Amino acid sequence: MQELIVILVDGLVFSSYLFMVSVGLTVIFGVMKILNVTHGAFYAFGAYMSATLIGAYYNTELPEFGGFLAIFAAAIIVGVFFGIVLERGLLRFLYHRDEHIIVLATFAMFLVLEDVLLMIWGTDPYYAYEPMALLGAVDIVELTFDVYSLTLIGLAVIVALGLWLGLTKTKWGKLLLAVIFDREISQAMGINVTVVFTVTFVVGSIMGALGGAYIAPTISVSPGIGVEVIILSFAVVVIGGMGSIPGAIIGALLVGISRAAAVHKFPEIELFVIYAIMALVLAIRPEGLFAPPQARKI
Amino acid sequence: MKTFEKAGRATLLATGLAAAMGLSTGIANAAESVIMAVPTFLTGAGAPAFGVPARNGAEVIIEAINKGTLPAPYDKSGKGLAGRQIQALIYDESGGGVKQVAEFRNKVQKQGVDLFVGYISSGTCAAITPVAEELKMLTIFPICGTPRIFEEIDKTPKYVFRTMGHATADGVAEALYVKANLPDVKGYTGINQNYAWGQDSWRDFDLAMKQLMPSVPVSDKTQWPKIFSGQYGAEISALMLSKEPLVHSSLWGGDLEAFIFQGSARGLFRKKQLLFSVADTSVYRLGKKAPAGAILGARGPYGIFAANIDTPLNNWFRKVYQDRYSVPPVGGSYQAAQGVLAAKFAYDKAAAANGGKFPSKDQVIAALEGSTFQGIAAPVHMNRSNGHQAATKHMIGVLQWDKEAGGPIMTKVTEFGPDCVMPPPGVNGTEWLKGGMKGAKC
Amino acid sequence: MRYIDKTVVGLSIAFLVLLFADFFMAEWVRFIGLQSLARGAVALGLLVLWRTGLVSFGHALYFGFGAYAAAMLTLVGYHDAFFLVFAGTLAAGVLAFLLGFLLRRYRAIFFALLNMAFSMILYGVIVKTEALGSTDGFSVLTPTFLGYAPKGEAVQTTLFIFTLVFTYIVTVGVHLYLKTTLGGMSMAVRENEIRVEYLGYSAEKVIHVKYVFSGLVAGFGGAIMALAIGQVDPDSMANWTVSGEFVFITILSGIGNVGATYIGALVFELIRTYAFEYAPLFWQFILGGSLLAIIMFLPDGIWSLFGRLRRSDSSESSSNSNKAPSP
Repeated sequence: MQELIVILVDGLVFSSYLFMVSVGLTVIFGVMKILNVTHGAFYAFGAYMSATLIGAYYNTELPEFGGFLAIFAAAIIVGVFFGIVLERGLLRFLYHRDEHIIVLATFAMFLVLEDVLLMIWGTDPYYAYEPMALLGAVDIVELTFDVYSLTLIGLAVIVALGLWLGLTKTKWGKLLLAVIFDREISQAMGINVTVVFTVTFVVGSIMGALGGAYIAPTISVSPGIGVEVIILSFAVVVIGGMGSIPGAIIGALLVGISRAAAVHKFPEIELFVIYAIMALVLAIRPEGLFAPPQARKI
Repeated sequence: MKTFEKAGRATLLATGLAAAMGLSTGIANAAESVIMAVPTFLTGAGAPAFGVPARNGAEVIIEAINKGTLPAPYDKSGKGLAGRQIQALIYDESGGGVKQVAEFRNKVQKQGVDLFVGYISSGTCAAITPVAEELKMLTIFPICGTPRIFEEIDKTPKYVFRTMGHATADGVAEALYVKANLPDVKGYTGINQNYAWGQDSWRDFDLAMKQLMPSVPVSDKTQWPKIFSGQYGAEISALMLSKEPLVHSSLWGGDLEAFIFQGSARGLFRKKQLLFSVADTSVYRLGKKAPAGAILGARGPYGIFAANIDTPLNNWFRKVYQDRYSVPPVGGSYQAAQGVLAAKFAYDKAAAANGGKFPSKDQVIAALEGSTFQGIAAPVHMNRSNGHQAATKHMIGVLQWDKEAGGPIMTKVTEFGPDCVMPPPGVNGTEWLKGGMKGAKC
Repeated sequence: MRYIDKTVVGLSIAFLVLLFADFFMAEWVRFIGLQSLARGAVALGLLVLWRTGLVSFGHALYFGFGAYAAAMLTLVGYHDAFFLVFAGTLAAGVLAFLLGFLLRRYRAIFFALLNMAFSMILYGVIVKTEALGSTDGFSVLTPTFLGYAPKGEAVQTTLFIFTLVFTYIVTVGVHLYLKTTLGGMSMAVRENEIRVEYLGYSAEKVIHVKYVFSGLVAGFGGAIMALAIGQVDPDSMANWTVSGEFVFITILSGIGNVGATYIGALVFELIRTYAFEYAPLFWQFILGGSLLAIIMFLPDGIWSLFGRLRRSDSSESSSNSNKAPSP
């Protein structure tokens, strides 16, 4: 019984991590139909920027809990900057091209940004563990968990709720939903799809950066952290349905809890769990579990 | 007409490309110098843990060789390698085995390199070995761990050397240490990255433990996180729920540091005894965050284990390194330096035997085979695999924080002689372990 | 006047020139050439798939499968290059045939990702298997050629001729095939599948055939690469980044002509080699930057350079440029 609860908690924590890491990708795909490989770079930049800002913050005498602001500030700075620069500066020239070319372009951007990261921050790892240390630990069913990882669950819930409310209750959200459903008609109806695209890409970038920024205190921010995230977020998004936020939630939960169960029960297969689920879902329901229906053009 | 236009264009393009390739020049070989290629991880996850420290260590030694400022026992043999200056070509080892083999060929055939001192990743070393033999290029591996190099791939080496003990020694030393210091341990489990290095490390430790402490049970749920995963919440929970008190781990780099942060926050290191194969690479960087009380190794007497060795060579190395790079040298720095010193030793010895003239490659090889030379931390005996594989002593200890010195120190250190932890000449590592480690002299 | 196929003539001339040059090339040039032929072959398969409107982000699956199949056979004592390459190609082809039943039902990004998922499963299996050396891989012994056992540089020289002959045959074969009805159907499937079905052909069967072909040449490329490098490991052969490289090469070459993929592979290898040599810390930047530049400024790949120089003639370059139907 204790083990079950631990699996659940571990699963929820990892699912929240997966969700935070994938939601940006699914939003961008949903609206723009672009599989954004650069997402990994947003994550990495968010983490590095967060580590730098946290480091700078804790060198001052400001109140300790303010360090969390540094995390959100990092995510917003990275997201807005790269979102605008990349979308306006590069992607908008490619919208008329084949979708695979656009994916390749984002892959190329990822390669470029990985080296830009190296140029700015070098090869040394950065630590930013103060926020995690601040929140301490708590015991659940006699096992110690760190509160910071548990707050990840809270963050995921807030982000999910925020996005859902934003999409369904605000005017902007409804415009986005319209564009997701049918780009042509939305344009015909007078929606400025160009602006919608830019805003979406910026939002997606911020989400990606936030994933990295929030995780930074728990890891050693070092070269290469962006690469793993790409595959992970692809898998979650594909499982849940590309373009669907509820899908990202379910996908993250499915993968997170399966992985936690595997780690506790059959650790050797942990490597495969995510790809196996991904292949299974793709084989049975390729649009993903929750994808919006697509009309077929004749 | 049009037929030949197109064909002609194709041929023109082919010729143009051929010319472009021909244009790439080799390095201008400065008069009478030795071109030494030094491949190491300059980008990617391997860089901060191994690649950059290795580069730094090599640079310090190469510069000292060229200026003639090496202390004893290398102070009497003049500047350079047998009198010639070293022109170092330090380049990136990342990109995978296929890419590195292509680079190796490039360096040899296009840029006229004389010898290679480098390579950290076992996979790359494995790929390079047959090519080095084929191209007859003197290659010194200062770091890579897999025993397969001389046990499977290249059983009769001529041009390839490894100037460091291989990974079997790690597992044996760790198990010996556990037997001596934790004789009543009730069980052991492990958390290792699920790839060649992690799998090999665990296997060697497990086999050694089965020989030395057969009654101690091993967990059937050892953890195998994906390399570069960085998130160990579930694994830490599983470890804390398991009954075995001893946890073996060969984690390194960013993964190790993330594991330590996440584990510390949850009190893992108070509940379990950790044994880290190769944590020395992160110890200085982690500072107070490094878990006090953890057993750790450095794959030999390197890095933090060499902090108190009082020889001119070691004192000089540590001082120069610390002054230049603001951090003390870690395992990788020592190991790379050792590789370069091997070259210095071999070239100088061959020249002395040659009446002072610059030696041929075969003479250098003959000088290095089977010899014993002084590494910075310990003597290196090139006495395995027909004189091409090194054996050195090994050290394991417990990490503590020294308040007065304000830094990490190793306590309860045990030293293991080279013939205690390395398989005897001619014996395979795994076979030796399975067969009860016959012939070990401890 | 009898119709002489320009491409076949061009390819034949290139074949003869390279065959002759093999004996005079510097070793490193030959090595790059060998890699270009192997990678170009894989890209040829992707080119055929692209003409059918599909892109696969997982062809490292067949490349790696072919490489490992050939390599594993050397472990049990088979040395003959003909046998090894044949076995590697066949193994990959069989796998493509089996998976094709599933994959031929998907299109667009789902096709691409499903391929990627399978390639990552193969990668995971290899990494997990200690007997195959996990991430270290293992060595491949020097091949022999129907009894002729070359040593030293002669190995590469002979392997080059071997590869050259087979890629020539395959490339000319593909070119001629693409001009037949069945071959031309790729483009029909790409443009409008439903009409193809109404005309009486099965679009899925067409895709399946092209898919098996792409698997075969990818396995061929993999087996050659294993023999040329002398080593197989999963990061260089089955990882998703390897698949990305193949797609990169295909885009770089453009689908205008079957010979283009070899030139694309060569250019790619040259860019990477020089980036590595002159910018050891920033080669990824240069590689990514070149890809972006090509995507932006040479949308139809390198072959379009030829098309532009000759406005008059061939329909090939313009009609084969890959523009998605506007929404």
